[in-house]
Amino acid sequence: MQYHTPASFEDAAAIAAQADGVTRFLAGGTDVLVQLRADIVTPDTLIDIKGITGTRDIARNPDGSWQIGIAVSGAEMTEHPALGRDWPGVVEATDLIGSTQVQGRCTMVGNLCNGSPAADAVPAMVAAGITVTVTGPDGTRDVAVEDIPTGPGKTSLAKGELISAVHIPARGDHGGDAYLRFIPRTEMDIAVVGAAVNLRLEGDTITEARVSLGAVAPTVLLVQEAADAIIGTTLDDAALAALAQAARDACKPIDDKRGTIKFRTHVVGVLAQRAAKIAYERAQKAGK
Amino acid sequence: MALDNTKSTGFTHVGTTPDRPDGVDKVTGRARFGADITAPGMLHAAIVRSPHAHARIKRIDTSKAEALAGVKGVVTRADFATGLTGENWNILENVMAGDTALYDGHAVAAVAATSSLIARDAAKLVVVEYEPLPHVTDVDKAMAADAPVIREGAADTSVPKGLHPNVVRYHESGHGDVEAGFAEADLVVEDHFKTEATHQGYIEPHACLGTLGGDGKGELWCCTQGHWNVQKICAALLGLETANLRVTASEIGGGFGGKTAVFIEPVALALARKTNKPVKLVMPRADVFKATGPTASTSMDIKIGMKKDGTITAAQGTFRLQGGAFPGAPCEFTAMCAFAPYALKNVRQVGYDVMSNRPKQAAYRAPGSPMAAFAVESVIDELCNRLDLDPIETRLKNASKKGTKASFGPTFDRIGLVETLEAAKAHPHYCAPLKPGQGRGISCGFWFNHGGETAVSLALSEDGTAQLAVGTPDIGGSRASMALMAAEELGIPYENIRVTIADTATLGYNEVSHGSRVTYASGLATIQAARDAVKKLCGRAAAKWGIPEDAVKWENGCAVPSGPNAGDFDPLPIAEITKRMGATGGPIVGHFEATPEGAGVSFATHIVDAEVDPETGKTSVVRYTVVQDAGKAIHPTYVEGQFQGGAAQGIGWALNEEYIYGEDGRLQNALFLDYRIPVASDLPMIDTVIVEVPNPGHPYGVRGVGETSICPPLAAIANAVSAAAGVRLRQLPMSPPRILEALEQQRNG
Ligand SMILES: Cc1cc2nc3c(=O)[nH]c(=O)nc-3n(C[C@H](O)[C@H](O)[C@H](O)COP(=O)(O)OP(=O)(O)OC[C@H]3O[C@@H](n4cnc5c(N)ncnc54)[C@H](O)[C@@H]3O)c2cc1C
Repeated sequence: MQYHTPASFEDAAAIAAQADGVTRFLAGGTDVLVQLRADIVTPDTLIDIKGITGTRDIARNPDGSWQIGIAVSGAEMTEHPALGRDWPGVVEATDLIGSTQVQGRCTMVGNLCNGSPAADAVPAMVAAGITVTVTGPDGTRDVAVEDIPTGPGKTSLAKGELISAVHIPARGDHGGDAYLRFIPRTEMDIAVVGAAVNLRLEGDTITEARVSLGAVAPTVLLVQEAADAIIGTTLDDAALAALAQAARDACKPIDDKRGTIKFRTHVVGVLAQRAAKIAYERAQKAGK
Repeated sequence: MALDNTKSTGFTHVGTTPDRPDGVDKVTGRARFGADITAPGMLHAAIVRSPHAHARIKRIDTSKAEALAGVKGVVTRADFATGLTGENWNILENVMAGDTALYDGHAVAAVAATSSLIARDAAKLVVVEYEPLPHVTDVDKAMAADAPVIREGAADTSVPKGLHPNVVRYHESGHGDVEAGFAEADLVVEDHFKTEATHQGYIEPHACLGTLGGDGKGELWCCTQGHWNVQKICAALLGLETANLRVTASEIGGGFGGKTAVFIEPVALALARKTNKPVKLVMPRADVFKATGPTASTSMDIKIGMKKDGTITAAQGTFRLQGGAFPGAPCEFTAMCAFAPYALKNVRQVGYDVMSNRPKQAAYRAPGSPMAAFAVESVIDELCNRLDLDPIETRLKNASKKGTKASFGPTFDRIGLVETLEAAKAHPHYCAPLKPGQGRGISCGFWFNHGGETAVSLALSEDGTAQLAVGTPDIGGSRASMALMAAEELGIPYENIRVTIADTATLGYNEVSHGSRVTYASGLATIQAARDAVKKLCGRAAAKWGIPEDAVKWENGCAVPSGPNAGDFDPLPIAEITKRMGATGGPIVGHFEATPEGAGVSFATHIVDAEVDPETGKTSVVRYTVVQDAGKAIHPTYVEGQFQGGAAQGIGWALNEEYIYGEDGRLQNALFLDYRIPVASDLPMIDTVIVEVPNPGHPYGVRGVGETSICPPLAAIANAVSAAAGVRLRQLPMSPPRILEALEQQRNG
């Protein structure tokens, strides 16, 4: 196994582009090292990207949007004084990953690129409308988070490409987001179902919404029908019922040791409703 | 039968709660667990395991593995003893498969190499040609007429004719006429229950280091609940003379019964013999799940009749236990414990031990009893609900007490069930209001407890301190309890006693730390060994004073004349005697060897409040109280620890833990990620009440406490969840999908 510590994303992309066999980028390593030890994936090339300047920074741009370094850990996001005020759902979703120890290492980008349909940060990232910069041998491009995963363990990143920055939109007025997951225990578990809702209000009426579901399809879903079910409403009972129905209609879960199709289909509606209520309340409380 | 010299009040040390003697070692990392043992030049081993649930082993080709640089030896079944019979044969067959792999994870070969990475790589190079066979993993299916036969001729003579060959043992007991009893009842409830296999879930995987020379002499360090048992079994499986294998027990990171069995030690020794090097073997966690003892899974039918006033008129239970590909599922314990809390005129219980393509079950805290309680106490709860009776009053009305003919035969001596029920009734928990969505459950539980072969030695040092050697690995703070009992007898400070778990060369045979026997049996032996030492101390004082031995007694760590007639001598402190022991007759050592048989049975009553989210089926245990009879709590906080630990493991078993097998007969969740033991935040503070009804069979009244605490939780939680959800849950674990399913079935009538 070759271990590299490039000083720039361009170098990292070049190493990856030329590498043979299995390549992994090492951010927090909480997936990479676990898979290595469990004999699931033994990389031929391991590219540690935490040493690249700026990868541990959280910055708020003048327009209110945010840029997050790709090696920022869950704990650093949670402890940031302002990020969680703008995007409580994104921060809470990332904070759900693992334990205190795992929080010290794990990253949003690692969570995204590991490609698990059950990744906790991803639905919240999708609902928030987060985009990422992808650096590759041919330069950079910006991609919406929902376009990164393509299936369990798979992403749309080409050979030699890696994510070099995360962009969270400006929160804007009267907005709120929330993420909820279902696990049989209270922590240290993998989502059986996840649901994130991000919305904006004018008065009591929802004017914009994004609804994203996790662990109920091969990739995290962005469900327009679920958003449509609540846009233009005050999240009354009828809207909530329509939201649950749209979420259930959109999901394509599997039966496995963690939950049945029936269970996941039912619970995704419940969580979408509960997350929507929290996001709605947050938007009501949020100022201009 | 009361023992001479019993003591139940006026203790100085017993009942206090000093820090455990091994505490500093454990928090500073000085304690040596199984995997901490090393030897110069040692090799590392890895085991090759079957990926099939059931398959004939046609050929094993080890040549590629042997050719890998760093590999020093490979063993297969051919490297173990032949001609074994009975349980030794079963254990060998489990430790290393013969011509058939019997379950997913069954060991088929093992490799020793200069590093653990090379050993792991080499294990992948061992080529095993399998011919897959039909398999079965469910207990009911394994008994059905069309089930594949795991092994012809495995059944013993207890099994009635006409049953499937997978039924290998049968138990039947009871008394009275159950049919007449059911006829007298105002209400009869009959129901079917199932529980899944759960793993003991100890934090430390099995680990050992062995040496074995061509001269047949060896040493073994391992993490075990009983090293004499390891010695005996390893000697048999390798064809050694027992005394030539010295076994030392390491510190133990949890066992709960699962480390009373032998899995990897003979493999390390076989590799050591083959390579002539020390061999270390540490099990990966996935192997621990796949190939070490889970508990049995069960299928049970219970029928109980009750009068309107709560009197139980008859009780009947059928208990089918699947214990993996070998005989041994504790069907008789399940049957015998099932109705033990109740004084019944008419009772009948039947148990079946059934083989399937799963790992050989191992003991797990009160083996068999928690499942029985789940089924029986659920039916009692249902009867109380339907007859509108208070669950504690009803249990009190039927409770076993001294003189009751137990459901399993004997007549109870002094027992504390009524006292635990009274204490539960009086506890503020029992009358605390419940919030909407919450339910309360009650259950009693019973365990026999055990005595067993025990040898203890207590050597005095020249400064009057004491070295106590016991042979029962300390799995629950027992060194503290031993030191307290020795301090009590010797009249010296707790800190002046160093308790060691001696190796097999140092003491006589000690049965494993199981059956909640350690504080009872090693404790009794410690007290007797201390009394033996005291007798010798008094003898030295008598000689010094020139008076008869029986004119000297022991008080507060000093020899004193037994009365005014004995003479007028100043008290002679222990250190004064031991300082001169070389010149006054030689070293003073007290010892005791016996198989004590007075282990008092013990009962508990648990109260649980659970809350169920009706939209997701998720359960939270919001309040938990354990009330249990300890006989006498030597170290009360460690007794409480046992109470809480039983409840915590019971919560996992009841709600989320289970062995999940796929259609292919392979275990799907051999990782803590998907084998869900409770995490700290899943548990409420578990309140405890220690009831003390002295056991007449122990000098201080001790009853074992380690196992009874896991008997009531499954039932108490199921009763709480059923009350909260408004529907009876009859299958464990009560996972969220199962609860939603039950709610839906109820809605649909
Ligand atoms: C005990 C434990 C508990 C866990 N609990 C949870 C949980 O509750 N919820 C959950 O969702 N996950 C959980 N996880 C999984 C894991 O912690 C998360 O997925 C985490 O976010 C991964 O981040 P990381 O930085 O450690 O990723 P790494 O392990 O460093 O990398 C993960 C993947 O992302 C790729 N990668 C990393 N950075 C980049 C980049 N910049 N560009 C392209 N590819 C990249 C790597 O090649 C690798 O394939 C848990 C893991 C453990 C060990």
